[in-house]
Amino acid sequence: MSEKTYLQALNEALRQEMERDENVFILGEDVGRFGGCFGVTQGLFDQFGEERVMDTPITESAIVGAASGAAAAGLRPVAELMFVDFIGVAMDQLFNQAAKMRFMFGGKATVPMTLRMPQGAGIGAAAQHSQSLESWFMNIPGLKVVIPSTPRDAKGLLVSAIRDDNPVVFLEHKLLYGVSGEVPDESYSIELGKGEIKREGTDVTIVATSQMVYSALEAAEKLKADGIEAEVVDPRCLQPLDKDIILDSVKKTHALVVAHEAVQYSGPGAEIAAMAAEEALDYLDAPVKRVGAPFCPVPFSPPLEQFYIPGADNIVEAVKSIR
Amino acid sequence: MALSKKTLIHMYETMNRIRLFEQKLQEFFAAGEIPGFVHLYLGEEAVATGACSALTDADMITSTHRGHGHLLAKGGDLKLMMAEIFGRSTGYCKGKGGSMHIADLDLGILGANGIVGGGGPLAVGAALAAKYKKSKEVALCFFGDGASNQGTTQESLNMASAWKLPLVFVNENNGYGISCPQCKSMAVVDIADRAAAYDMPGVVVDGNDVLAVYEAVTEAVKRARKGEGPSLIECKTYRWRGHFEGDACTYRCTEELEEWMAKDPIPRFEAKLLESKTLSRKEADKIKERIAGDIDDAVNFAKESPMPLTPALMDDVYA
Repeated sequence: MSEKTYLQALNEALRQEMERDENVFILGEDVGRFGGCFGVTQGLFDQFGEERVMDTPITESAIVGAASGAAAAGLRPVAELMFVDFIGVAMDQLFNQAAKMRFMFGGKATVPMTLRMPQGAGIGAAAQHSQSLESWFMNIPGLKVVIPSTPRDAKGLLVSAIRDDNPVVFLEHKLLYGVSGEVPDESYSIELGKGEIKREGTDVTIVATSQMVYSALEAAEKLKADGIEAEVVDPRCLQPLDKDIILDSVKKTHALVVAHEAVQYSGPGAEIAAMAAEEALDYLDAPVKRVGAPFCPVPFSPPLEQFYIPGADNIVEAVKSIR
Repeated sequence: MALSKKTLIHMYETMNRIRLFEQKLQEFFAAGEIPGFVHLYLGEEAVATGACSALTDADMITSTHRGHGHLLAKGGDLKLMMAEIFGRSTGYCKGKGGSMHIADLDLGILGANGIVGGGGPLAVGAALAAKYKKSKEVALCFFGDGASNQGTTQESLNMASAWKLPLVFVNENNGYGISCPQCKSMAVVDIADRAAAYDMPGVVVDGNDVLAVYEAVTEAVKRARKGEGPSLIECKTYRWRGHFEGDACTYRCTEELEEWMAKDPIPRFEAKLLESKTLSRKEADKIKERIAGDIDDAVNFAKESPMPLTPALMDDVYA
């Protein structure tokens, strides 16, 4: 166990999986000698060579489609798009091809493809390089959607994603790459669809994902000063979703706030809130509150961008409105 | 190219199997017995047959929405295909895919595809897998003139060439993308010209001549297996039916259709086989009779098969 960044944890997962299984390879833009748009694949080109760390042309459809075709043909590709925002260019290959192949072929294909994509605002990259698009992928049967917050989770979940026999969308937050935490050195996996309680509490459940887990923890400390003990639950995957961990927490705390950086309207919080309303209404003492981004594209200028990104104060406000 | 009698007869059988299969579908669709819609391959049998005859079972193909011919030429099972098209639980996809989504990975069929241009990147992936595994297999991507204008096709041609992948692009130029004639959808006359942009061989062949298709694809496959990269083969052919069954075809004239029907690839190949005494009239009739019987069996199998049970709906969403 040693202190590693989220980025190093991801890099270690890729390296260990490539060492373990020669069918695992990487393809994408800038992934080779350059080491990845944000540096996640650094060093892998030198270790595994260009046959296993493949720089592609700037052709997102071909990247996602080639990864899907190679997966159906027996390999375990890990494709990278530089920014999740570029998935629109390749969406057909993801949602009409990779996600549906198994079902529409009557179980005759398996598509063990992992698609890594950084998302999120906070670096002044403006509207076409800053979105959080997890709700798009949650709406596509056949895909798994992983959204890790901590370095430890990032490594264990990426290992599981690579070993999974389904196409997995793996969403990294670009502001988390530099976050450090304890990460085991050896290879390990974390089951997809198993959430984790990041902070125990008794008075309100805050379900948060990705970067918002840290805002939720910060909010919990602020609420503590007011005598409110918040429980922070990180589902870590949005498909499959660990419903039990959320519902059990709600049954304990009787209040629910869902926080994510994706646009609040029709975001993942809508699904989680509806699930709580359907399955745990009797336990709720107050309406479910959602914290998400406003319904506008991500702005460029720093004050606008900072205002846009939901933070700890928004969560505190949401909790106080129901407690 | 000197071909064995066995190969020639196999090609003849395959073309007839596709023809009779499609005619049967035409009949049942008109009678309202097939759900959804079907896109028939009538008139284009020489392309699938010629191309797939140059492949082994281990080589992979990607197909199109007009895919029955490709699948049958690659060895697809008549009964399983018919049952799938009838929406039965015994079909290739357990009734979940239908005409446009039939796949058989054991036969190297990576699936028909409901999206025009959808198969190119998947074929790149299959070719990449072959190269990665150093298996000597090749991938073959069937695509139409319509798909030739899609970005995915151009991306695939580029990536396959940049990486020298063992991939053969077989363009079936049947003159129309949905209802739009080629002259209205592209400035080039020969889609094969586009190969030059990717520094790969681009060949135009008579798509109604099964041997011409076979020879061109064989050459491309040889090149691909040697590690020399992809090729683009344009097969000029014609779609006898509309884009889909029920399409009134108001966008084209009967003279054009008649002109192409006179170039029917099957009697043309049959005449060649009869002339060279590879086949006798009696043998030819026998073959057709046998295939007609096989297709009747397939129809009976489909019709007698149960519809899928609804609890099976959620199977195979995830592995």
